[in-house]
Amino acid sequence: MNKIFGGPAIFLDRSDINTDEIIPAKYLTEVTKEALQPYMLEDLKLEGFDPRGEKLKKARVVVSRENFGCGSSREHAPWVFEVNGVHTIIAQSYARIFRQNTFNGGMLAIELPKADLDRLFALDKAGEVTISVDLDAQKVTAVANGKTETFSFEISPFDKALVQAGGWVEFADARY
Amino acid sequence: MGKTIAEKIFAAHLRDEPFPGTKVLNLDRVLCHEITTPVAIADLEARGKDRVFDPGKIKAVIDHVTPSKDSKTALQAKMLRDWARRHQIKDFFDVGHNGVCHAIFPEKGYIRPGFTVIMGDSHTCTHGAFGAFAAGVGTTDLEVGILKGVCAFREPATIRVNLTGSLPKGVYAKDVILFVIGQLGVNGATDRVIEFRGPIIDAMSMEARMTLCNMAIEAGGTCGICLPDMTTVDYLWPFIQGDFKSKEAALAEYRKWVSDDDAAYDKVLDFDLSQLEPQVTYGYKPDCVKPARELAGTRVDQIYIGTCTNGRIEDLREAAAILKGKKIAETVRGIVSPATPKIFSDALAEGIIQIFMDAGFCVTNPTCGACLGMSNGVLSEGEVCASTSNRNFNGRMGKGGMVHLMSPATAAATALKGVITDARTL
Ligand code: SF4
Repeated sequence: MNKIFGGPAIFLDRSDINTDEIIPAKYLTEVTKEALQPYMLEDLKLEGFDPRGEKLKKARVVVSRENFGCGSSREHAPWVFEVNGVHTIIAQSYARIFRQNTFNGGMLAIELPKADLDRLFALDKAGEVTISVDLDAQKVTAVANGKTETFSFEISPFDKALVQAGGWVEFADARY
Repeated sequence: MGKTIAEKIFAAHLRDEPFPGTKVLNLDRVLCHEITTPVAIADLEARGKDRVFDPGKIKAVIDHVTPSKDSKTALQAKMLRDWARRHQIKDFFDVGHNGVCHAIFPEKGYIRPGFTVIMGDSHTCTHGAFGAFAAGVGTTDLEVGILKGVCAFREPATIRVNLTGSLPKGVYAKDVILFVIGQLGVNGATDRVIEFRGPIIDAMSMEARMTLCNMAIEAGGTCGICLPDMTTVDYLWPFIQGDFKSKEAALAEYRKWVSDDDAAYDKVLDFDLSQLEPQVTYGYKPDCVKPARELAGTRVDQIYIGTCTNGRIEDLREAAAILKGKKIAETVRGIVSPATPKIFSDALAEGIIQIFMDAGFCVTNPTCGACLGMSNGVLSEGEVCASTSNRNFNGRMGKGGMVHLMSPATAAATALKGVITDARTL
């Protein structure tokens, strides 16, 4: 599947959003990624957040806080984002396995410092936020109601190479 | 500058460093279960690469939902079973022989000091108890592990946790790890190895060390690790006696895998645990931890004793010692799942199963069971479980259900009273 980095964003203003909230264990009986599609963030309880809402349906970028994706190793978590067209996550930090799973699938788990994230979350108050990502320049641009904010981000050369290769299977198969 | 055990294992297994800071390691073990492996198998087939790097280094088990409960879980089991047969993976454990992955693989002697181990399961960190580097990974890492026998990691920074003093009676490894997670926080060890050291560890059995390392991931840790010593050798002896002249010779070999005195740590934490009390979680994160005493009287509906954290024979013995000759409260349901068939039959031989049954417990087959709310023992909305497992996320054991994590002793005392109870107050 070709990845698209950017688009309308949804903001999840809480730390430690875990893999059970992203995709409950009861759906782990599925053996295809596509079957997970209806269940994205189904068990997440957050003020103003509706897992069945239009906003989530339209979202192509998820923005959150610290330790995003903690808990289980289930790759079903990034997969449920992938099959819903969300190929970019932006957060202050990630659980290691979730972060690796996201890059392994050729998707982006971008880390921004708290001050930048605060500015990004402030933009969410101004209206609908659309985000674009320039991977080569390592820049995120967010636009809402005519207001624009730009942020630089760090990404390890390995993670960048995974995204460019389309994922770890592709990278490893070519190299080992 | 000396090296930590993790750095030594990395150096000995380094296959490639495609970029500075990224280490691609050769793997000694790729462990598989039926929940995360089938998608990897299907993807390998779709790519025309249905191969395995070394069938002897791959071990597989059906454990999460077993025997299968419906068509979907039956398909997962079948995909793993067919794949194991197709590739001559001899160490594959199916109904009648299967048990919880992180209990059965060490029990079979598959994990050795200095090994690199991955599995598509976050609690793979358990195996660090043997002085191995063992990390939970996702399905893509697992897939590459199966195909190529390698996995990529960042340079391992290590947090050294020194545990000193001696544990008071009635306080166990589970209480220790809950306390440590409470101190570190749920992301306090992200991208770090947690190296457990000190007299408390030296005195622990392998079972207790596994309980400890099992929950490293709940502080975000990549791996929990204990240095191999004579306790490790004793545990592994039935499997390694053909390889060494004596236990001392085995120990001398395994001592290659200990941290140097001048190794550099990211952080060093010291805890004197002589005053530690039994610990219990509240809320929905494993770092929300309090002494059991402070939560005493909290109502529960179900007790679950088992899992990769606390379903081993020692755990069942501790619980049985408290339950012996008594009945659990009428308001609670008790469920015990011995983690492996061997543990089950040992418990049977020791009369422990009878004690559980006389107390009013339901004894299930070895399986993950209630732990992740996928098969039996699922909670209803608003219900509460006192559990010896490792994760208390909202809804983990069933939508709207809540879990308090605790030791087998605290769980047994709680079963008798129907409310959270410090076993020392019985
Ligand atoms: S017992 Fe629970 S935590 Fe352990 S492997 Fe099974 S589901 Fe995971």
